[in-house]
Amino acid sequence: MSVTTQTMNASQQGPATLAPRRRDTGDKRFARLTGGFALIVAATLFAILVALVLESWPVWRTFGPRFLWDSSWDAVAGRFGALPFIYGTLVSSAIALVLATPVSFAIAVFLSELSPRWLRQPLATTIELLAGIPSIVYGMWGLLVFAPWFARFEPVLSATLGQIPGIGTLFRGPPLGIGLLTAGVVLAVMILPFISSIMRDVFLLTPAALKESAYALGATRWEVVRRVVLPYTRSAVIGGIFLGLGRALGETMAVTFIIGNTNEIPPSLLLPGASIASVIANEFTEAVTELHRASLLALGLVLFLITFVVLALAKLLLLRLDGLAKGKPA
Amino acid sequence: MNGLDGPDNPLPRRRRRLDRVMMTSMTLLTVLGVFWVVWILLTTLERGFEAFSPDLFLKDTPPPGVAGGGLRNAFVGSLELLAVALAIGTPVGLLAGTWLGEFARRHPMAGAVVRFLNDILLSAPSIVIGLFAYTLLVAPLKHFSALAGGVALALIMIPVVVRTTDEMLRLVPDALREAAVALGIPYWRMVVHISWKAASRGILTGILLALARLSGETAPLLFTALNSPYFSTALDKPIASLPVVIFQFAMSPYPDWQKLAWAGAFVAMVFILALGLLARWLQARGTSST
Repeated sequence: MSVTTQTMNASQQGPATLAPRRRDTGDKRFARLTGGFALIVAATLFAILVALVLESWPVWRTFGPRFLWDSSWDAVAGRFGALPFIYGTLVSSAIALVLATPVSFAIAVFLSELSPRWLRQPLATTIELLAGIPSIVYGMWGLLVFAPWFARFEPVLSATLGQIPGIGTLFRGPPLGIGLLTAGVVLAVMILPFISSIMRDVFLLTPAALKESAYALGATRWEVVRRVVLPYTRSAVIGGIFLGLGRALGETMAVTFIIGNTNEIPPSLLLPGASIASVIANEFTEAVTELHRASLLALGLVLFLITFVVLALAKLLLLRLDGLAKGKPA
Repeated sequence: MNGLDGPDNPLPRRRRRLDRVMMTSMTLLTVLGVFWVVWILLTTLERGFEAFSPDLFLKDTPPPGVAGGGLRNAFVGSLELLAVALAIGTPVGLLAGTWLGEFARRHPMAGAVVRFLNDILLSAPSIVIGLFAYTLLVAPLKHFSALAGGVALALIMIPVVVRTTDEMLRLVPDALREAAVALGIPYWRMVVHISWKAASRGILTGILLALARLSGETAPLLFTALNSPYFSTALDKPIASLPVVIFQFAMSPYPDWQKLAWAGAFVAMVFILALGLLARWLQARGTSST
């Protein structure tokens, strides 16, 4: 869009106003100003990466890549390994995803296909508003309300799932109420409104003509969801789930309250553990030695890289639907 | 809906039964999901309301084990941190978003890259942003400060504002731009007087939603603004903030502190829900009147 700019104050310049402009009207400066800020925003991500790499350098010099799979974390002895926290982060997020995905899918289907019209908008608005509740409220609720309740339910879990050979040990343990499983459940509740509102938005993008054609051919509602809506929106649905995963991986407050905060890999999901975010939140201000602080920053770097990959994948998957919505073939 | 259960339905019973089973389970799962979320909402409202008193806004945080007290210093601290974030985040986000919405069409590749990076920044873990603000402002200056906390919050706010500004500017019809430019206004004045004005309500909505998100953020404040038991407004000193005080008090073994934490969570939630509703109302008014 090139703009031929003519000077505004014609009276001062007499009949020459239609000649090529002689003075800068500010367009270039404005474009440069906004462009500069856009550059700053884009550079922030790299600045974060560089800052974390530089600040965690003592760790990589001392331990090398072994830091990533060493499972000992002892601030007094000066030994640091990231494995317990990577394990805790991945496991609690995986639990959250396994629990939240089917429920979010159901809510999205309910809102886009099943719900009576009068309920649709209020329910959708409520769920979107709930997605804005701060994670600290989830954490606090998890510790003070849910954990005591869950502790009574855990023996049931040990007696049923705990008896399955092989994976049974994961579900056996003292009924503490806090631990990896509790963290996973609370994370699931937290990302639930988030994933379901994305899925609902995506489902609504399915062209009505496609769905109506399927109904006209005698398809049932489930068949329309399963064979029309889902195939059309598949990549965006997965993208939405990945966005939820990105949130769960990086979540601090909801997890720190209830994961138990021990620096080793627990053999059971019912036992306390720690995630990358929770150990940073707990230990960073108390880290006395240079190496301890650098190790926590190195954990931050690991978390940043993991979430970057997950979020980039999410973004690419969601982009494909943007293309569809604009009418380009997949 | 489409007469599935009628007696003359020609569909095989197997398909009808599958449909009914799936749709019933979807409905039940929805009820289950909504149940959990409503459970959280109601407990917070109930316990927070019980602990609510005017002292909350008049007195500072009490020492451990002492009954009474309020959260005045935490509220003031949070408002100050939000103000700093707003003062930095709004102009930076607005200008960067303006480049994306108005100028990026001349550089489609650069625009796509900036949008991509901004979206990643938007969902980056807030604790990592906190670590970054620490390395930027706390480690070199050797002390925790309200300013560092405000900058951390601004870093979280900027991508939200960038994104809404970009999206809202792209909704402004080109005919409006062309009409203005045809009258001889320089392009930049057209952006300021026409585009921004047309998109103002949407951008304001975005800023409100960003504020709602910021007011619950805890992780980026833990090692930037830290915390303080005293009333303070100094930018170069640690400062109390509502989320961090809630964290400290809820994790403590003292019932009085836990009570205050519920009251604080109640206020935070009401504030955030009110901001969310206000933003939604602005948005709805915007779409119906234009």
